[in-house]
Amino acid sequence: MKIAVCLRRTPDTTAKIVIAAGGTSIDETGVKFVPNPYDEYAIEAAIALKEKAGAGETVVVALGADSVQETLRTALAMGIDRAVHLQGNASADGLENARALADHVRGGGYDLVLFGKLAVDDYGQQTGAMVAELLELPCATAITMLEIADGRATVEREVEGGVEQATCALPAVFTCDKGLNNPRLPSLKGIMAAKKKPFDIAPVTVAAGAVTVASLVLPPERAAGRIVGEGAAAVPALMQLLVSDAKVI
Amino acid sequence: MANVLAVLEVRNGALRKGSAELLAAARRLADASGGTVDALVCSTGAVNTDPLGAAGADRVLSASHADFANYCPDGIVATVASVSAQYRAIVVSASATGKDLAPRIAARINAPCAMDVTSVDLSGDTIRVVRPVYAGKALQTVDLRGSTVIAVRPGAYAGLGAGKAGANISITVPPFTKRLDVTGIRTANTGSLDVAEARVVISGGRGLGDPKHFVLLEELAAAFGGEAAVGASRAVVDAGWAEHGAQVGQTGKTVAPELYIAVGISGAIQHLAGMRTAKVIVAINRDKDAPIFKVADYGIVGDLFEVVPALTAAVKQVKAH
Repeated sequence: MKIAVCLRRTPDTTAKIVIAAGGTSIDETGVKFVPNPYDEYAIEAAIALKEKAGAGETVVVALGADSVQETLRTALAMGIDRAVHLQGNASADGLENARALADHVRGGGYDLVLFGKLAVDDYGQQTGAMVAELLELPCATAITMLEIADGRATVEREVEGGVEQATCALPAVFTCDKGLNNPRLPSLKGIMAAKKKPFDIAPVTVAAGAVTVASLVLPPERAAGRIVGEGAAAVPALMQLLVSDAKVI
Repeated sequence: MANVLAVLEVRNGALRKGSAELLAAARRLADASGGTVDALVCSTGAVNTDPLGAAGADRVLSASHADFANYCPDGIVATVASVSAQYRAIVVSASATGKDLAPRIAARINAPCAMDVTSVDLSGDTIRVVRPVYAGKALQTVDLRGSTVIAVRPGAYAGLGAGKAGANISITVPPFTKRLDVTGIRTANTGSLDVAEARVVISGGRGLGDPKHFVLLEELAAAFGGEAAVGASRAVVDAGWAEHGAQVGQTGKTVAPELYIAVGISGAIQHLAGMRTAKVIVAINRDKDAPIFKVADYGIVGDLFEVVPALTAAVKQVKAH
């Protein structure tokens, strides 16, 4: 079982967002960066599947500037075997990033290519499915269950009001959602071992594509609310406001 | 001239809700340049498409195939690709299904893709969209050139009374390889609403103290008579008190209901990011300094075990009249 995990570096979800000068990106000063939380489900799935199979290789791949190397090392510390840094600037056009990743994965002999269902910075939600399409591989997005048996995958994914079930042959591409597993933390032993694992750097040039970010702004503040009152005694006043003023009941 | 194709979602032989909203977004793009709107309906052949003309479709393209009984991304992508050259933009609803479909279509037809879009505008060769990023902590305006695939967030546009013809045309599904076989949908709780689709969302946090107390929120939701869903904060989902599908916030769902009631939720920044676009926010919390009160329109400081049952009784009373 040979598995690739495509990884992104994102601000911690607790980070306060400040818009940088220029108005198209965030000010990274003082922001803590972490492996994209959804990618951790993909990393955990890859490690667990290899452990279960008893053989194979797990590879983590990331496209971006040199800052992403720290994120790749975290994946190695969690237990991934090998890292590849596709060194270059990612495009605002997700299709161009998908092309760069697909070009690397193609011919790599992977049984599975895993992604997080989205990156918590740009919420692009497209790279994984695009890579699948470019490689002409089966794909399911935002999976919450994955089972592999006899060269086939069975997956589940949440849809509005239910859980969709699907199967496909391997090789396949999946994007992973919360609920798939509980990602392990890097152990001290893992952190030490990560320093000795293979770490390849491959320069890539990503085309600009057809997308330009025109602006990034903070959303309008909500108008200040008010405390209606204390305890159950405040419920009639609240109901009055909801029924007559806000007209939502 | 920007002609627009709206790929509608079908489940169990019926159009999903959100079809009219999607056609409204499609009309906005098409009408900016005198273009037309076509609605694509992929099904096994027995879908009632009569309301689509009134909702804004100039034509309804019906593509019928036995494999369309369940969601069939490979077949839908092939069908869209076979007609895509006629369109400046292809729009889908940013539902779980639409978000699965949009990037596949984009990669197949070599077009850029924008997800979770809350506004669309056409200007010359550029389609300008606005979309929440960082889970709604910021809004990004993006320009897309050439043919474009856009997933429009449910609720971004209200359905229209556009009075178009909705002329029905059958189109052929081209041959395709069914790489993914969707075998069915397991419905979690019969009749239960998804937090992303409900008009009213009632979410619980650590203040509930114990998973069994979610029953209080379920009773309040029931008082709204089938239009309310129960959500949860990340803290309680991580603790195993609620299913992850109910989680509202940056690593859960982003919701924009008419009424959001936060019960025993302090209001962590990642939670606020997921619900701040609700029309009206009510917070019930014991701690008057909880951050949730800063975004709530109306707050009640107090013991949720007293306030929530009183609110349930009051809602029942109003609904009974």
